[in-house]
Amino acid sequence: MTAPTYDSVEVGDALPQLALPPVDRTTLALFAGASGDHNPAHIDIDVARASGMPDVFAQGMLGMAWLGRLLTGWAPQHALRRFDVRFSGITHLGNAIACTGRVAEKLIHNGETCVRVEVSSANQFGQVKIVGTALIALP
Amino acid sequence: MIDRKWIGHQVGQSTLAVERGRLRFFAKAIGEADPIYVDQAAAQAAGYADLPAPPTFLFAAELDSNSMFGLLDQMGIALGRVLHGEQGFEYFEPVVAGDTVVVTSRVKDIYDKRGGALEFLETESTAVNQRGATVAKMRGVTVVRNG
Repeated sequence: MTAPTYDSVEVGDALPQLALPPVDRTTLALFAGASGDHNPAHIDIDVARASGMPDVFAQGMLGMAWLGRLLTGWAPQHALRRFDVRFSGITHLGNAIACTGRVAEKLIHNGETCVRVEVSSANQFGQVKIVGTALIALP
Repeated sequence: MIDRKWIGHQVGQSTLAVERGRLRFFAKAIGEADPIYVDQAAAQAAGYADLPAPPTFLFAAELDSNSMFGLLDQMGIALGRVLHGEQGFEYFEPVVAGDTVVVTSRVKDIYDKRGGALEFLETESTAVNQRGATVAKMRGVTVVRNG
């Protein structure tokens, strides 16, 4: 894939979608270890139930990391200037998350040609889990 | 309710040694297959000194040190009541394997909604590498469910 350039992209352009396999317990356990988030609510069903949840659920930062993959799969990571998200729903076991993004604005930021990309993730039922924006410098 | 005296509280520093093995583990956990995140030669060919830390990796600093969960504990907040509300990163320089990053945080604000049913703990952090360069700034909002 050719890296995007400021002149080659238009407002409204979609980033290639990133589709993830359904969330399972193994994924949550691996992410707990790798990310350092050892909150047992994500890996121990007994703890999850004691806090009123039906089962373990995904770490928010796992979903943000997937959105990060969407961005770095489109433009090189060193071009990423900002990445901000709001977690709007809990990602449950079995949720198959799709990450999408579109170019929302072309702008000059700190003297660099940049694009603002709107990103979101949703499960197979269309329930939105994360919404956010990224600022990416493009040559 | 969280005591508002915590607003402005300085959270202890967290030192994160960025290791290749940990980055490969993180890449595996998030399903990242791009060779620049797992193969040194590919990373260097792409212009990085070593394997780059993915965009959200630095969040690990305050989890590894337990400073973030420790802060919640000090405030009397059970982990089972918290959800991640928002997270933001601003990037200044790449972080790669071999770097040592020190993250310093403060409690920026605490506020509530729905008559206190939900409380929001906002923190801001600065990440500095071993050369003294600020590599990233982070902002987080933790949501606390009361009742």
